[in-house]
Amino acid sequence: MIPPMIDIDTVTKYFGEKLVLDRVSLRIAPHEVVCLIGASGSGKSTLLRCVNRLVAHDYGTIRLDGVPVDDPSFGKTGLQKRAAIVFQSYNLFAHMNVLDNITLAPRRVHGQSRAEAEDRGRDVLARFGMAGFATSYPEQLSGGQQQRVAIARALMTRPDVLLLDEITAALDPELVGEVLAIIRGLKDDGMTMMIVTHEMGFARDCADRVAFLDGGVILEQDTPDRLFGTPQEPRTKAFLQRIIASGRL
Amino acid sequence: MIPTAIGGISVVVVFGLMAWVVTSAAQWPRIKLQFFSIDAMIAAFPRVLQGFWVNMQVWLTVLACVLVWALVLAVVRSLRAPWFAPFRLMVVIYIDIFRGVPALLLVLLFGFGIPALNLPGLPNSGLFWGAFAMVLSYAAYVAEIYRSGIDAVHEGQRAAAKSLGLSEWQTLRYAILPQALRNVVPALMNIVVALQKDVALLSVIGVRDAVREAQIYTATTFNYSSLIVAAALFLLATIPMARLADYLTRRDRERRLQIAG
Repeated sequence: MIPPMIDIDTVTKYFGEKLVLDRVSLRIAPHEVVCLIGASGSGKSTLLRCVNRLVAHDYGTIRLDGVPVDDPSFGKTGLQKRAAIVFQSYNLFAHMNVLDNITLAPRRVHGQSRAEAEDRGRDVLARFGMAGFATSYPEQLSGGQQQRVAIARALMTRPDVLLLDEITAALDPELVGEVLAIIRGLKDDGMTMMIVTHEMGFARDCADRVAFLDGGVILEQDTPDRLFGTPQEPRTKAFLQRIIASGRL
Repeated sequence: MIPTAIGGISVVVVFGLMAWVVTSAAQWPRIKLQFFSIDAMIAAFPRVLQGFWVNMQVWLTVLACVLVWALVLAVVRSLRAPWFAPFRLMVVIYIDIFRGVPALLLVLLFGFGIPALNLPGLPNSGLFWGAFAMVLSYAAYVAEIYRSGIDAVHEGQRAAAKSLGLSEWQTLRYAILPQALRNVVPALMNIVVALQKDVALLSVIGVRDAVREAQIYTATTFNYSSLIVAAALFLLATIPMARLADYLTRRDRERRLQIAG
């Protein structure tokens, strides 16, 4: 068996008194795409953020390529270089143009020269159809364009894993497609991805596996065909029925 | 067109009436001689202007020190690492003290008190210590303004910086502070204007600024026109600054509306 790229082993997380992740285990193989679905507050975003330690988990172990994410060998920035995250609200730096946004970390954190970082930056932007926007500011871009820049920023350090946190939830419906097309392209390139999403159609098409979270527990995980087709757990069924009733699947 | 004309005419009428009421009062000639004597104004002007030049120099120097020192205070207060707790507490205490004590009291305390100690190796001038007191007092306000700007930067910007591997200091330096400073420019401009006239507080410890020079003239002639000269000079300086503040505030609001839209 191939060793997992991400190995989440009985992870528990409390926010104060509130239990948000309850002994969650999940293994993601290299090049695998796993979608996390579930209602708001089910813990899926928190689980994602534990992988790159934006949130520190309380118990259990999370390994990236075999190394615990809290291992000192990552140094201060090694983990962020290898597990990059994209947020729902893009979170581009509002005072910086597109090129400065995506080259900030390579230059200031990873010690690249400006020329080196900008060369790579322009390549990545070109790949996402944003070559003409290098000197634009975030506020001048549409939501879909901003999210494409945010994905470019995350890929600048050539991470092994991409964590996507509801990246289409803030977009106008007509802009969702352009962002999801990029994610499909990354899947074809073999990127390992952990995706929190409410886009069930996308999860069904793009995911190798779908995990359903409820109350901080992974209730059920399976291939999209089986999880969406023949869910086993009553709560999964109820969740999917609500989604179908609202016309989102 | 017609509303503008009505506005213009009513302004002229109202202000004209007020001027007529004041100047036709029985006591007006005495008031005029006391406060608006042209001869006295001309006589006092060179000295007052010289003093005013001191005000402007002190203003700019104190302002520069305040902006830097307050930034240090605000940054220390906004660092979140646990081992900064004692320094954060120090800043909180500092701000409580220097924002809570009248600036005039601080000027008296430092401007008279410290030179009287004759401390070796330290400057002995009242001007220096008076200005020092102004810096201490104003930095407490400005630090809070900076902090409000830092707090107003969306939490997502911090999350993004952290997820990119930026250290806490780098996050502040590259992601948070540039946005925070842009947020607080309008609020800072009001402080700049307030400081511009509050440096006149130094006249109480004998600094020969515009107010002091005007008082000296008044003391010898019992005519108060020199103070009116000083007031006019302050207005000449503060009104353009206030307009600039209005302009920057308006531009900032338009920028925000653009982003929101």
